[in-house]
Amino acid sequence: MSEELVIEEKRVFMTGNEVVAWAALAAGADIMYGYPITPQNEIMHYWSRLAPRYGKDFLQTEDELSAGFATAGGVMAGRKAFTATAGSGSVLMQEPLAMAEMMRLPTVTVVQQRGGPSTATVIYSQQEVTLTTMGGNGEGMRVVYSTAGHQDLYDYTIKAFNLAWKYRFPTFVLGDGYQAKMREPLTIYDPEKRGITLLEPDPYVGREGEPGRDRPPAQYRNTYNLEEELYEKLMSDIRDFEKISTEIAEYESMHTEEAELVIVAHGIVFRAVREAVGNLREQGLRVGGFRPVTLRPLPAPQIRDLVDGLKKILVVESAYGQIARLLKEAAYGAACEIHTLFKPGVGIAAGEIEDRVKEILK
Amino acid sequence: MQPAPAMPKSWRVDNKPHKFCPGCGHGLILKCLGQAIDELEIQSRVVYGCDIGCSLLSWDLFNLDTVQTHHGRTTPVMTGMKRARPELLCIAYMGDGGGYSIGVQHLVGAAMRNEKITVIVANNTQYAMTGGQMAPTTLPGQKTETCPYGRDPGATGLPFQGAEMISAIAPDGAYVARGSISHLTQLTGFLKKALKNQIDGHGFSLVEALSACPTNWRTDAARTWEFIEKDMAGYFKRGEIKIPGQKEATANA
Repeated sequence: MSEELVIEEKRVFMTGNEVVAWAALAAGADIMYGYPITPQNEIMHYWSRLAPRYGKDFLQTEDELSAGFATAGGVMAGRKAFTATAGSGSVLMQEPLAMAEMMRLPTVTVVQQRGGPSTATVIYSQQEVTLTTMGGNGEGMRVVYSTAGHQDLYDYTIKAFNLAWKYRFPTFVLGDGYQAKMREPLTIYDPEKRGITLLEPDPYVGREGEPGRDRPPAQYRNTYNLEEELYEKLMSDIRDFEKISTEIAEYESMHTEEAELVIVAHGIVFRAVREAVGNLREQGLRVGGFRPVTLRPLPAPQIRDLVDGLKKILVVESAYGQIARLLKEAAYGAACEIHTLFKPGVGIAAGEIEDRVKEILK
Repeated sequence: MQPAPAMPKSWRVDNKPHKFCPGCGHGLILKCLGQAIDELEIQSRVVYGCDIGCSLLSWDLFNLDTVQTHHGRTTPVMTGMKRARPELLCIAYMGDGGGYSIGVQHLVGAAMRNEKITVIVANNTQYAMTGGQMAPTTLPGQKTETCPYGRDPGATGLPFQGAEMISAIAPDGAYVARGSISHLTQLTGFLKKALKNQIDGHGFSLVEALSACPTNWRTDAARTWEFIEKDMAGYFKRGEIKIPGQKEATANA
């Protein structure tokens, strides 16, 4: 007999991977399909311990291709299914997630970024931005939340399930090895008690009745015979995605008005930015901070506003220009100077950012 | 007036004739599958998955809920579906390229775990949709576009014994058989037993079906028949290879 899941609202002190497992439970996830790769392993560890207690399932597959495709199968059967991966696993995951894009499947994938390319480090990076936003042989019809800590991991994992089932685009929670492995305090809660309605999943296949007699068969394909046929399908998805982009794009900004320079970063790097902005302002420097929370779709109008009224931005990331490329596209044509602090695969502390800002403003 | 051809009830009639080349084996295998589904009366419980290559042309062939994917990943899609909704009967249909080459790890994984799904691999000894390249199942000396002088076993190995391999690694409860489009009643029987194995919850089931590709083989009807019955039969033995509760059976019925 499985227990009823009761999540009392309380402060806890957990690793990020444990947070994701609890958030998935809180979001009403039914089944996880996974394959080991550091630094996301403990999501599976916690889930596989917790899941049976609450009548939920786990399957360790033979590889990430299988984990991704099984997740696709799970959601098509009408269950809230998810997977988690990192690094070279993320590379393999692009094949199933391209299918999820094509078939508009509400898969939820948690990516805990590690160093790249290839095996690289198991520790940390922000080098899976391009892959997570635009991976696969398609147009990047996916939603990507970049979290900056454990409260975010909890909140956005819950949000990811709801968004995926509402709009039927594959949805990602993009964390990193630091967030995965470190412990920090956060508040866990039952989303429904906070007024967040959890969407019920809806099956693609296996509905009541005999296909052909009681209802038409539900037939989903990835293949199209004609260029025009594919074009029509893609444009319809692209229009849907563009329509929801303004609604779902999220960002955080601090002191951007009247700033001389705004530091732009996403994910955990923005925590160093928050500290740096505080310190620099104490020293009398007019500095602000801007963080896209959704990397896909980007909060493009807000970025536009930001760069139009500004002389300088500094892009800081633990990659060599992956978020900067996305920003430049959104800021195209603006007159503001774009400065960078790129440290691929390495963490960034507030002090380094402050030094870089002072160098630019000298 | 010509009499209408007898189609399985589980086939869609509104989009026939089907899309396969004349002489292709897929239509025959899928007719056997349709008959098996009809006889077991499971049409409302089946989800049919097909793969990339010629098998994808069956994405709207049945009056069945259907998913089409590629690279032998139909196996994990069906695995994921079955794990999520055990009451569904999940069938993964693919060619020998998807099943035994690019997606073979999924077949191995599913068989090892005794996933309660049914995999059907159509073996026509080559990649057909892509224009007739060498497959793991290509016979020694057989000419394809990527072994134009004939497959050299010294350089590229021997025909892959997929059904025997799966039989060797699958736990008890699994059902493995090899049929052929040259023996349709037998093939239908194997498909029925494979599906029954899933219905009864015993475990994994695999049916390899020897198939024909006169387009890429460049064979006429007589030579096509001979290729299946003589050339292929020399390497791929028809019969039940693994039956739940029984020791590994000797192939060739």
